[in-house]
Amino acid sequence: MDEHRALKVTPDRYLTYRYAGASGDFNPIHLDDEFARSVGLPGRILHGLWTMAQVARAQTEAAGDPLALESLEVQFRGVGLPEAEITVTSQTGEDGTITCHAEQNGKKIVKGGKAKLRS
Amino acid sequence: MSHSVTYAVGREKVREYAYAVGESDPRCLDPEAARAAGHSDVVAPPMFAAVYCSGAIGPAILDPEVGIDFARMVHGAQAFTWHEPVVAGDEITTEAAHEDTSERGGLKFFVFTTRSVNQRGELVCEGRWTNIVR
Repeated sequence: MDEHRALKVTPDRYLTYRYAGASGDFNPIHLDDEFARSVGLPGRILHGLWTMAQVARAQTEAAGDPLALESLEVQFRGVGLPEAEITVTSQTGEDGTITCHAEQNGKKIVKGGKAKLRS
Repeated sequence: MSHSVTYAVGREKVREYAYAVGESDPRCLDPEAARAAGHSDVVAPPMFAAVYCSGAIGPAILDPEVGIDFARMVHGAQAFTWHEPVVAGDEITTEAAHEDTSERGGLKFFVFTTRSVNQRGELVCEGRWTNIVR
């Protein structure tokens, strides 16, 4: 049985700009430190759906197939920040459901993750 | 009220997205590798759903009838179920709808759903988007 698997990724300084271009989400909270601080954030933050994509990739890479994922649900908590390592931890349960979460700086930024792979 | 948008999946867009999320599988990057695996072109990583859904989910969330206060909105939860693969050249039509608003512990939860089908009418992805207003 699969023990705790970990995927580690550090979003670099320019990641949020690349993801904005790739996804079309140009919300300034992801791109402009000054704007982000003006709405009470510590600075520009990661896109939640980018972080969720890391949780998804942790499953598809382990399965060796980008199409292996049948479903994924997550809850977002706090904020993810550029230039700090994120660890996605996953564990497969008895019924095949994978429980997973993502942590950065000792805080969970994705919790309650549940993934299912195609059988 | 529901919002429907058709998104044309481009090969370079899939590659740009794959690069941005750290996806290195050759089936997502190299048309030859994708064809060798039985696909007509590069395969979209699963979370590319965020891209082809955005044109429909954005207006659904912005709909004044729903009444979200954006200054206080955060993305609370997200779920996707994937069906047929999405490959470059596909045209994906997504319908987004406001499903439910509820209140718990002083927070308002706005739940939206998306349903995406390809040009053959085959279901490719179902999404459930939860936005929380503090």
